[in-house]
Amino acid sequence: MSRAPRIAAIVLASLALLAACGSSSSNNGGTAVKGAITVFAATSLTAGFNEAGAAFTKANPAAKVTFSFDASSALVTQISQGAPADVFASADTATMDKLVKAGLNGSAPVVFATNSLAVIVPKGNPKAITGVTDLSRAGLKVVLCAEQVPCGSYAKQVLTKANVTVTPASFEQNVKGVVTKVTAGEADAGIVYITDVKAAGDKAEAVTIPADLNVTASYPIATTKSSKNAGVDAAFIAFLTGPDGQAILAKYGFTKP
Amino acid sequence: MIVSAPARRIRSERLPLVALVLAAVATAFFALPFIGLLWKAPWGDAWSILTSESALTALRLSLWCSLWATVFSVLFGVPLAWVLARLTFPGRGAVRALCTLSMVLPPVVAGVALFYALGRNGLVGQYLDEWFGITLPFTTAGVIVAQTFVAMPFLVLTVEAAFRQADTRFEDAARTLGASPWYVFRRITLPAIRPGLAAGAVLSWARALGEFGATITFAGNFPGRTQTMPLAIYLANETNPDEAIVLSLVLIAVSFGVLVALRDRYLGGTAPRAA
Repeated sequence: MSRAPRIAAIVLASLALLAACGSSSSNNGGTAVKGAITVFAATSLTAGFNEAGAAFTKANPAAKVTFSFDASSALVTQISQGAPADVFASADTATMDKLVKAGLNGSAPVVFATNSLAVIVPKGNPKAITGVTDLSRAGLKVVLCAEQVPCGSYAKQVLTKANVTVTPASFEQNVKGVVTKVTAGEADAGIVYITDVKAAGDKAEAVTIPADLNVTASYPIATTKSSKNAGVDAAFIAFLTGPDGQAILAKYGFTKP
Repeated sequence: MIVSAPARRIRSERLPLVALVLAAVATAFFALPFIGLLWKAPWGDAWSILTSESALTALRLSLWCSLWATVFSVLFGVPLAWVLARLTFPGRGAVRALCTLSMVLPPVVAGVALFYALGRNGLVGQYLDEWFGITLPFTTAGVIVAQTFVAMPFLVLTVEAAFRQADTRFEDAARTLGASPWYVFRRITLPAIRPGLAAGAVLSWARALGEFGATITFAGNFPGRTQTMPLAIYLANETNPDEAIVLSLVLIAVSFGVLVALRDRYLGGTAPRAA
């Protein structure tokens, strides 16, 4: 009997605390923007954006950035179904074009980073893979992104250019699915972004894909039409394209557009 | 519903109005998303999407794998439920909790955990590979393992409850008449728990059919080998939401049909029938 009110009181108190945290520190700096935004970003941006987001909110203490990472294609579907995104960062221009075509972008997309592909192999490269052509070797377990996902369509372009036919063990739903299967040692190789190999740390190694066979993945970013916080969303994009944002992204293997 | 309305009204007078209203809200809560799918469905293209080779392949694989997952759940789950219900031993609570953990585990985590246990480099999996040349990831068998892992607890919990409710005096009587333990189990215990067994099997089948996270993590996604309906639907939704809706409706129709049919036939007793 006496327990329910006590629990209710605890819940209320913690809610009040949370609310206080959310609304604290409102007037720091003159130019700093204020408010919360949600950024929908391609899975391959996970590590880079997490750090960039932290740096951005450090510079703008009254701003709050929440990320939702998934395959760009999945995110565009979510936005078109009314998901509350303020900013969308895509791993390819084709997927961003879908957003623009649907009239759901708020600002014109700008390319803020580029990326390229690499063959990812488990640490120590146990199957001694030296390049893309090795991926067609019999008995090799290769995983790729599904063609519906940007990393999958890029991988297909690379394999076409190299004139290699690969029968993958699996078509993954996003690039982290490929990374997981390789770092767990279940797959012998995969094709992912260079940045993903970097993010996997010492669990994986990259086998370089030469420039003539590689593709340049352009990452466009735009605000959405439904964005509620015009100040913060534009400021976040400006931060990413500015020197501080670019320096952080470079750490994760992204290149300047 | 409309046809049977007068009969229902007579019965409802004995039920509190509040309960009826809440039940109606609950029903609407379940029905609305499906109505939404029907409303958005591209009926013009439905037939061509439905009969496409890729959709049929995924559906066939889904039914095949979920049926095997149900078979394995019954084969191993019934003895497990019997042990949990009838034997008293130290740590029984812990064993029961362990065997139902996969219900609350996020399916993707379940998939990764299966890697570490049964994958090519896994705790047990490395020996499966070394001694028998069996690797489960990326195979149809891997799908069945993943589905069984998440589906069996539904059977175990339901059947355990049935074992507990079954009257043990009949078993005692049979035993005093000289029946062997296996005979008692087969002829007395099993018939007594049949409704619970059927309910548990249907529940675990339904869970296996809808399984997504553990499957894609542990078994991957390859058409005809490991791409079940939920995986096909997820990927279709990335580029072609219309296709995703049609595939979902197929999955829903199949499950709904089976659930309704089994409910009336085996789990009956609750459905009012004109006598």
